[in-house]
Amino acid sequence: MTYAVQSAGSYTVISLHGEIDLQCSPDTRSVILDRLGSGENVVVDLSGVSYIDSSGVASLVEGLRFAKTRGLRFALVSVSAPAMQVLELARLEKVFPIYAAVDDLDQL
Amino acid sequence: MSTTTGQTAPHPPNAATPPSASVVQVEDLVAEYAGRRILDRLNLHVSQGEILVIMGGSGSGKTTLLRHLLGLKRPSSGRVSVLGVDISRGERSKLYQVRKQIGVAFQGGALFGSLSLIENVELPLREHTNLDNNTIGIMSRMKLELMDLAGFEHLMPSELSGGMVKRAALARAVVMDPKLLFFDEPSAGLDPVVAVELDDLILKLREAMGITVVVVTHELQSAFKIADRIAILDKGQIVVEGTVDEVRNSDNRRVQDLLNRRARDEVLDPDAYLDRLTRNVRH
Repeated sequence: MTYAVQSAGSYTVISLHGEIDLQCSPDTRSVILDRLGSGENVVVDLSGVSYIDSSGVASLVEGLRFAKTRGLRFALVSVSAPAMQVLELARLEKVFPIYAAVDDLDQL
Repeated sequence: MSTTTGQTAPHPPNAATPPSASVVQVEDLVAEYAGRRILDRLNLHVSQGEILVIMGGSGSGKTTLLRHLLGLKRPSSGRVSVLGVDISRGERSKLYQVRKQIGVAFQGGALFGSLSLIENVELPLREHTNLDNNTIGIMSRMKLELMDLAGFEHLMPSELSGGMVKRAALARAVVMDPKLLFFDEPSAGLDPVVAVELDDLILKLREAMGITVVVVTHELQSAFKIADRIAILDKGQIVVEGTVDEVRNSDNRRVQDLLNRRARDEVLDPDAYLDRLTRNVRH
């Protein structure tokens, strides 16, 4: 798994690439929680994710909970088909704010 | 615009099982107990992403085969390879690595009676990973939601119904997102509605997670619904192996015996049945 972090207006975009599984999901969790912990609104771009397991999804869930608790925005964008399938299996597709692209988010 | 990039340590999560590779390969497996041959030069393979249903009557060797596939028994001769690793030699380190990637839902559930439902489901994650408590909790609750067990997480196994125990066992079996799932008699003892729900769950797991599934059952309806292939075991050998249609159309006598038992039930004549039941009744 690789990731890239960049700013886009009032959001920090974390782009994940490759396979997110038990071995690398702690890194995913860290990068998400670090940014939220710094008070940033976070968007996770999943367009490059070819596989995500429950531990990766759990990192996203924890990020969403953390953001809501702190009054921050947290969203998913460009969710790849394999990632969407897993989100749907876990019935999370309506829990996360999901957008087609970063440009679709309202700037704060 | 500032950019930061990162990369985790490279790893080959699916390297051992490229698409369409054999996830399970059994070659000339012989199992003998007390001089009695239970499995007789049995050959079997399971491809990645496939649902294979193993069927057979009592004493056909189903349970013995499952034990060998899990590395719980060493073969008298022959070879068992799981996820690209030969587990038939009983090397503990290899077995451990393979077992971490396997989920098993045992017939009776095999839940720990002293642990609550959520503790049972969390156990593999606590034993085999260094994941954070929050991650473990969320992963386990996701699986309980999937199995329609949300809200029951603090119940003890003795407080669960038969169907709940089956679903709890399945939740624990898949909590680590295994590459390979073994499910022993998923429908046994369940009412038809719950059994159908469990079949649907198995299909959903395969579709969304790409899990390879091996189900041992004697429930025809369940087998016909979920199987990509069915292997019918009799006297320690696979007598027929094929798609649902191929098995239905097999002219093997043992297979027809198995199929016709259910067919006879399905064409039950209520009056004849009542007559049989009341043959000794006198008024």
